[in-house]
Amino acid sequence: MKKISHAFLLFSLFMLTSCFQTAQNHTRGVYMLLDTSGTYAEEIQKAQSIINYLLGTLQPGDTMVVARIDSGSFSEKDIVAKATFDSRPSVANKQKRVFLQTIQDFASTVKGSKYTDISGGLLQGVEFLNEKGVGKKVILIYSDLQEELPKGHVRDFPMELSGFVVVALNVTKLRGDIKDPKQYLDRIEYWRDKVESNRGEWKVINDLDRLESIFE
Amino acid sequence: MFLLMKEAILNIIPGSPVLSALIFIIVLDIVLYMARKPVHRGIKSISFILKNAMRITSHSVLLAENQLQKRNRDVLLAAGIDATERLMEREFRRVEETLKRDLEGYPAIQRNMAELIAKIDEDYRISTEVPPSPPEWVKVVQSVSIIPASDTMVARMLGEIRSTLIQQEKNALSTYRESTSKRHSMLRKMMPYWRKLSETLAHVDASISGILKRSSHIDRQIQDFEDIRKGSEKAVRTLSSSSMTQFTISGLVLLIALGGAMVNFNLIALPMSEMVGGASFIGPFKVSSISAMVIILVESAMGLFLMESFRITRLFPIIASMDDKLRRRIMVAAFILLFVLASVESSLAFMRDRIAADIQSLRSALTGLEPQEPTQASWIPMVGQMVMGFILPFALMFVAIPLESFIHSSRTVLGVVLAWLLRAFAYLLRLFGNIVKSFADFVMAAYDLFIFPPLWLEDLVKGNKVESDNSDIGSDPEVIKDVITFKDENSVSAEKNDEDGDDTGVFETVKKGKNDKK
Repeated sequence: MKKISHAFLLFSLFMLTSCFQTAQNHTRGVYMLLDTSGTYAEEIQKAQSIINYLLGTLQPGDTMVVARIDSGSFSEKDIVAKATFDSRPSVANKQKRVFLQTIQDFASTVKGSKYTDISGGLLQGVEFLNEKGVGKKVILIYSDLQEELPKGHVRDFPMELSGFVVVALNVTKLRGDIKDPKQYLDRIEYWRDKVESNRGEWKVINDLDRLESIFE
Repeated sequence: MFLLMKEAILNIIPGSPVLSALIFIIVLDIVLYMARKPVHRGIKSISFILKNAMRITSHSVLLAENQLQKRNRDVLLAAGIDATERLMEREFRRVEETLKRDLEGYPAIQRNMAELIAKIDEDYRISTEVPPSPPEWVKVVQSVSIIPASDTMVARMLGEIRSTLIQQEKNALSTYRESTSKRHSMLRKMMPYWRKLSETLAHVDASISGILKRSSHIDRQIQDFEDIRKGSEKAVRTLSSSSMTQFTISGLVLLIALGGAMVNFNLIALPMSEMVGGASFIGPFKVSSISAMVIILVESAMGLFLMESFRITRLFPIIASMDDKLRRRIMVAAFILLFVLASVESSLAFMRDRIAADIQSLRSALTGLEPQEPTQASWIPMVGQMVMGFILPFALMFVAIPLESFIHSSRTVLGVVLAWLLRAFAYLLRLFGNIVKSFADFVMAAYDLFIFPPLWLEDLVKGNKVESDNSDIGSDPEVIKDVITFKDENSVSAEKNDEDGDDTGVFETVKKGKNDKK
C-alpha cells in the first residue's frame, strides 16, 4: 500500500514537472524558396518531390510555406502556398491535399523571372516564421545560389538568423562552374558565411535521396 | 620547479654532479633516519585511523544488515502467516460448503432412511412364510385306516376321504403358491428400497470421506501455520524460496501485461490525436499519447478495483473490509466504467483504421501512386482492431493478481538483495582497511630500506644483530607508549565491539613488540 502511494506520488511529480516544461515548442516551420529564374525554372518539377516529402513528414501543428524567388522576393505576393496544419490528423490531411494541388497548379504555370532575389526571399521567410512562432525554423533554398538583383535593390543588411536552419537544396553547377569550380565553391561559401555570420545554421543537401537530414 | 631543484642538487659542488648527488643522498638518508620515528608514527596513525574507521563502519553496516535480515524475516513470516491464513480460510469455506451441501439435508436423509427401513421391515414381516398346519382330522383318518379293509363301508369311507384329501391338497397347494407368489412380489418391491438405501449410504460415506480429506488438509496447514508462527528455519526457507519464485513468475507475467498495454497504447494513440489534437505537448510527450496512456491506466485501475471487490486481491484492505452491499456496488460501478472504456477503445480502434487509411491514401497521392481501392478483406483488420480494443482492457484487469504478488514478494526479494549488498559493502570496507594497513607496513618497510645504511650502523653501534623484521616499529618502547596512548584515547570502545577478533591492527602489533622486548 505504501509502495503504491509512493509510486502515485512519483507519477504526480513527473506530471507536474512535465507541465512546467510546456513552454517548449515542438512545432516545426518550413519556408521553402523556389528559384524560378532563368534555366532553373526547369528544375521546378524536381522541387515537387521535395515538397511531397515535406508534406508527408510534417505533423499536425506544423507550418509549411512555399514561395518563389523572383526579381523582388521580399513580398507576400511571392508566397505560392502556405498552411499551418490543423491539430486533427484528418483535417491536416485535407489541408495537405489542397496544398499539393496548389503546388501542382503553380508548377504547370510557372514562368522564369529575370532576376534572382534570394536575400529578399530569405528575409521574407525569417519574418514569416518568426511571426508564426514555431519551435524549429527551417528555410529551404531550392536554387543555384546565384543571386542577381535588379538595379536599385539593396540586400546588404544584417539578418537575425539565430534559431534558423538554412538548407540549400539541389545547388546546380552553372556553365562557368564547370570551367572554374572555384566559382561554385565560392558561391556556397558566400552563403554559408552570410548565414553563419548572422548566427544561423547552414546545410547543403544536393543528394535529394537524403532529405531526412533537413530536420536532423 | 622540478628542473630547478634537480639543477640545484647536481650543483652542490659545482662541476661534480655525481659527488653532489652522493652528498645529497647521504644528507637525505641522515635526515630521513632522524625523522624515522615520527614518520613511522605518522604512517601508523593514519593507517590505524583508516583501518579502524573502516572496521567500525563495516561493523555498523553489518549491524544494519542484521537488522534488515531480521526485518526481512519478520516480513516473510508475516506474509507466510497471511498466505496460510488465506489458504486455511479457503479450506474452511470449502468444508463449510461441503457440510452445507451434503450434511444440511442429513436429517431429511435420516428420516428417509428410517422410513425406508420401516417399509422394508413391514414388507419383510408380511412376506414371512407361515408353514401350513397339518389338518386335525389326519389322526381320524389314521384311526379309520386301521380298520380291516374287508369292510366295504370302511373302504367307501376311505375312498371318500381320499378324494376329499386330494381335493384339499390341491386347494392348499394353490393357496400356498398364491401366497408365496405374493411374498415374492413384495420382496421384489423391496429391491429399489434397498438400492436407494445403499445409494444414500454411499453418498453419505463420500461426503464424510471428503470432509475427512479436507480436515487432514487443514491439519497440515495448521501445522505449517504453527511452524511459521514459531518462526522455524524450515518455514523461513520454504517461504523465502516461494517468495523468490513468486517474484520471478509475477515479474514475467507483468512484463507480458506490459506488452499488452503497449499494444493497447498503439491502438488508441493515433485516434486520440483526433480527439485531443496532435499538436499539444506536455513536456516531451504528446497530449494525445498521454491521454491514451491515462485511459489505459484508468482501465487498469478499474480492473484492479473490480478484482479487489471480488476479493481476489487484497491491495486495498478498505475494499475487502466493506460490507457486502457497498462492495457489490463498487463492483458494479467498476465493471460499468471498464465496459464503457472498453467500448470507447473499440470505437477508437475503428477510428484508427479510418485515419490510417486516409494517411495511406495521402501518401500514395504524394508519391504519385494511385490510391488503392479497399479490398474485400480490408474489414478483417478493422474488426480485429475493434475486438482487440474491447478485449484488452478486460484482459488487463487480471494484471491485478500478478501485481499483488509482485508487490508482496518484492518486499522480501528487495530486502534480501539489499542485505546482500550491505554484506558485500561491509566486506569491501574490511578489505580496504586491511589493504591500508598492509600498504602502511609496505611504505614503512620501503622507508627503512631507503635508509638501511644508518640503520645498519645503528645496529653495529648497539652491537646487536640486525633483526629480521626491521620495519617493526612496535619494538620501540617510546613508540609503544605513544601508540597505546593514542589507542586508549580513540578506539578502545571500538576494539571491544569487534566480535570477529581478526583485527591485525596496531594493538596486536604493539603487544607483540612488547613481548619481543621482554
